Amino acid sequence: MSAWDWQVFCKNTLDGSVVAGCFGSGGDITYFDWLLSAWGWTLSVSILALVVALLLGSVMGILRTTPSRGLVLLGNAWTELFRNIPLLVQIFLWYHVVPALIPPLRAVPSFILVVLGLGLFTSARISEQVRAGIQSLSRGQRMAGLAMGFTLPQTYRYVLLPMAFRIVIPPLTSESMNIIKNSSVAFAVSISELTLFALQAQEETSRGIEIYLAVTGLYFISAFAINRFMLWLEGHLRVPGMIGGGK
Amino acid sequence: MSMIEIRNISKWYGQFQVLTDCSTNVEKGEVIVVCGPSGSGKSTLIKCVNGLEPFQTGDVVVDGISVADPKTNLPKLRSRVGMVFQHFELFPHMKITENLAIAQVKVLGRGQDEARERALKLLDRVGLAAHAHKYPGQLSGGQQQRVAIARALAMDPIAMLFDEPTSALDPEMINEVLDVMVELAQEGMTMMVVTHEMGFARKVAHRVIFMDQGKIVEDDQKEAFFGSPRSERAQVFLSKILQH
Repeated sequence: MSAWDWQVFCKNTLDGSVVAGCFGSGGDITYFDWLLSAWGWTLSVSILALVVALLLGSVMGILRTTPSRGLVLLGNAWTELFRNIPLLVQIFLWYHVVPALIPPLRAVPSFILVVLGLGLFTSARISEQVRAGIQSLSRGQRMAGLAMGFTLPQTYRYVLLPMAFRIVIPPLTSESMNIIKNSSVAFAVSISELTLFALQAQEETSRGIEIYLAVTGLYFISAFAINRFMLWLEGHLRVPGMIGGGK
Repeated sequence: MSMIEIRNISKWYGQFQVLTDCSTNVEKGEVIVVCGPSGSGKSTLIKCVNGLEPFQTGDVVVDGISVADPKTNLPKLRSRVGMVFQHFELFPHMKITENLAIAQVKVLGRGQDEARERALKLLDRVGLAAHAHKYPGQLSGGQQQRVAIARALAMDPIAMLFDEPTSALDPEMINEVLDVMVELAQEGMTMMVVTHEMGFARKVAHRVIFMDQGKIVEDDQKEAFFGSPRSERAQVFLSKILQH
């Protein structure tokens, strides 16, 4: 292997000629353009899946702590279904099997299917964390809320959830970082994200080391940015006088 | 009509019977102390009064409203009955004033300003106006319990339930909480108090209920109870806790 050649990113993807300034023009793109666009796909899949996962995971986690047996069962079934099947298999199920069973889904772009697949997979994990967070609060907190005259939904909204979500910020941080990393499975259904870019670009250019290092760096930066944001959020929401509350 | 009527309540956890055919009344302005050994069902009984603990048979009627009736609006009924817990149960993520204001706003529909004003007035009454802007975790146990009493009073309750309000406190903090409760009793608040503080019972209680193994064993006027409890079980209990 010859010395590193970072100029590979400035090459035109059509004829391999080096483009001055590294950005393609007139409809042509360089590998650097492609890299950035792939990063955008990775972030889009991840962030949308995270939104789906946080919403559904929170709802399912909450249901599992309610006094209603039916709702607990629903939440449990959801969680077990989506966390006991490998992620890659779930993505293929969404791509190949679900549209076959539900014909209207055939028109849905694979990007949306991947967002749903990754989001539902992660929602099972978030449901587990939210449930644990709520159950870590003393039984007296729920009683105190109800005794004040709050309805059960109000007790969740004003008493239980504000503390439970603070408690589960650290595991939610891991989950948010995982979703960036897990988004790499989207390559399997031809979403042009970072991992697919790496596979194809190194094939075309034979500069696997440079390509993979760049992709690695972008994954790292993305996950690390989420980590820093969550750390800031945790500090911002800290309750004075609680353990780890400082001040 | 009694303020609180407990009519033949029985409750089971699976096979285990925690309450057996308990009946008593609390009149308006009356202070009732409920005592008994641990595991005798005192806390369970008092939590049945506002429906925090479900029971299988019998009924509780609070100000004419049945707790067991499925048509009863339980949140509304609970908002009219104040409750103070052994472990305070303040909401840790809210400042003290917010702890007192939130249910006034969300349940009673009062305005923010009105609720805050009422909160500050009550904090002043329990001697904690200076701590209004703090969080519960920054207060001592005794202070937190006084805030909890103020929080219940902020709803203008028709009766107050106390579930072992001083059991989790260090000895030097017990009196500051009892002082607030004595004052409340002397103002004519209807109170049902689960406690082992016999000094409090002697001072302000009208009646004392003694429970053992899920049954109400004694339900006497205070003088009769401390003079000569009829049951042997209550005599033994009293001799144990009044020894020192």
